[in-house]
Amino acid sequence: MNVEQISIFIENKSGRLAEITSILDEAGINIRALSLADTSDFGILRLIVNDREKAKSILKERGFTVNKTEVVAVEVPDRPGGLARILKTLDSAAINVEYMYAFVERCGENAVIIFRFDETDKAINTLQANGIAILDGERLYRM
Amino acid sequence: MYFNEEFETMPKAALESLQLKRLQNVLERVYANVPFYRNSFDKAGIRPGDVKGLADLQRLPFTTKQDMRDSYPYGLFAAPLEEIVRIHASSGTTGKPTVVGYTRKDIDNWSDLMARSFAAAGVHKGDIIHNAYGYGLFTGGLGAHYGAERLGASVIPISGGNTKRQIMIMQDFGSTVLTCTPSYSLFMAEEAAAEGVDFKSMKLKVGIFGAEPWSETMRQEIEAKLDIAAIDIYGLSEIMGPGVAIECIEAKQGLHIWEDHFIPEIINPETGQRVADGELGELVITTITKQGIPLIRYRTRDITRLIKEPCVCGRTHARIARLSGRSDDMLIIRGVNVFPSQIESILVGIEGVEPHYLLVVDRKGTLDTLEVQVEVNDSLFSDEIKVLQALGKRIEKEIKDTLGVTCTAKLVEAKTIQRSEGKATRVIDKRKL
Repeated sequence: MNVEQISIFIENKSGRLAEITSILDEAGINIRALSLADTSDFGILRLIVNDREKAKSILKERGFTVNKTEVVAVEVPDRPGGLARILKTLDSAAINVEYMYAFVERCGENAVIIFRFDETDKAINTLQANGIAILDGERLYRM
Repeated sequence: MYFNEEFETMPKAALESLQLKRLQNVLERVYANVPFYRNSFDKAGIRPGDVKGLADLQRLPFTTKQDMRDSYPYGLFAAPLEEIVRIHASSGTTGKPTVVGYTRKDIDNWSDLMARSFAAAGVHKGDIIHNAYGYGLFTGGLGAHYGAERLGASVIPISGGNTKRQIMIMQDFGSTVLTCTPSYSLFMAEEAAAEGVDFKSMKLKVGIFGAEPWSETMRQEIEAKLDIAAIDIYGLSEIMGPGVAIECIEAKQGLHIWEDHFIPEIINPETGQRVADGELGELVITTITKQGIPLIRYRTRDITRLIKEPCVCGRTHARIARLSGRSDDMLIIRGVNVFPSQIESILVGIEGVEPHYLLVVDRKGTLDTLEVQVEVNDSLFSDEIKVLQALGKRIEKEIKDTLGVTCTAKLVEAKTIQRSEGKATRVIDKRKL
């Protein structure tokens, strides 16, 4: 049910993102979704990839600090109000979103939103109880 | 102008015989009263009575800051505690400060020497001294204060901080002399400019600056911006405090070290041997009049050279050249002494932080900055920005709380800081003084 995201610590220096993406390229790893959170000194690159283990080990080999985090992927129809409904549901249940990012599926009908919660299980239960579809990790990695 | 002409202009031969008499006296005292010295002299196979001339001083063992730490707090005192009327301390590497005690006579001598120093800088009775050195355990504030009173000048014990108020008081009270760190004087100039206050309209005529390294370029900048003569003063709490040596306003070429109270030597810090006359090396000082905590051949770690040529001011006391560095890794950041090892022990005390760090010291505008670079390893890393920012804040706070110095923590990628293979580079000092 849960989705594994890998996060990479990067300093704010030129060429770091390019280096990571080319390492993943050489290893034949495909990036499904990504987000970059940044401060003036450093950034955290968050990735959903098709092969987490391989991506993690290859980045570690190249000296990067990498960790894995459980996130939740939600599929919503790509139309006005789709995201608003989900956030309202979470808000009513007092569930805090640490961060989120989104992408649109290839067919263009649905958007996928990746959420990072403090209380992952509670969030999943709340979403499901409200009829919101949660995307299985395996499906996302292959998407 | 002299404060004590007889001693300040004493002919060299008379000065040397006075030094020898006082040296022999202090050696007898420390040998009798301080177990540390008795042991170290015995180990070196020398008795106070063996010192027949000033040249014999080199046969005596050195005293180091480590010896002071090992004797914390009162182990090196040569006078009983009931004779001690004042205790000062400076920051230490392991959280324990270096402690010094003064008898009434010591305070008396210190006041005299500081009054002499003020006089050498052209200060006299009738001047208003704005003393912005910190008052407290640090010797700067009280040392300058007592000297000012001894001289008969009016002293404003303003201490450090609250720059706007300092400028207002300097202006309104008609201060003629400023005592603080050189970088703080430039900071004041900046603040005054921002407030629309022109230093040229003030009565200030001279500034006496010490407690941190500075340069001729900085002197020119200070003199231009504050419209004063800027004088370099030297001192360290172990030896006494401010007033160990000072430039005379006539020459501003080297700092007269008061040789009737201190015997300076310059050694090669590697071999411990004296260097040839006029060569650069580490300053070693023997205090020959102190009662509370006399130090024999104390290694100051400051790099300078001795100037023995006569000075235009008529003082016969030798001069030390402007300090050109340290023979250890001590940093002076905004007047605060910081050893990299102190920061290291704070860092390793924070769970998950590895002892790989880099200190980057710089001077932005007029104030020193300290950046502490720490690697983000697996155990520190989080996918959440706020967790990493909290780590940075914690490092900054612990360093501020322990050492009293403000820094910025910078998180860097793992394995990017040089590892210690022999001697790792822990400090990058970008300051151009």
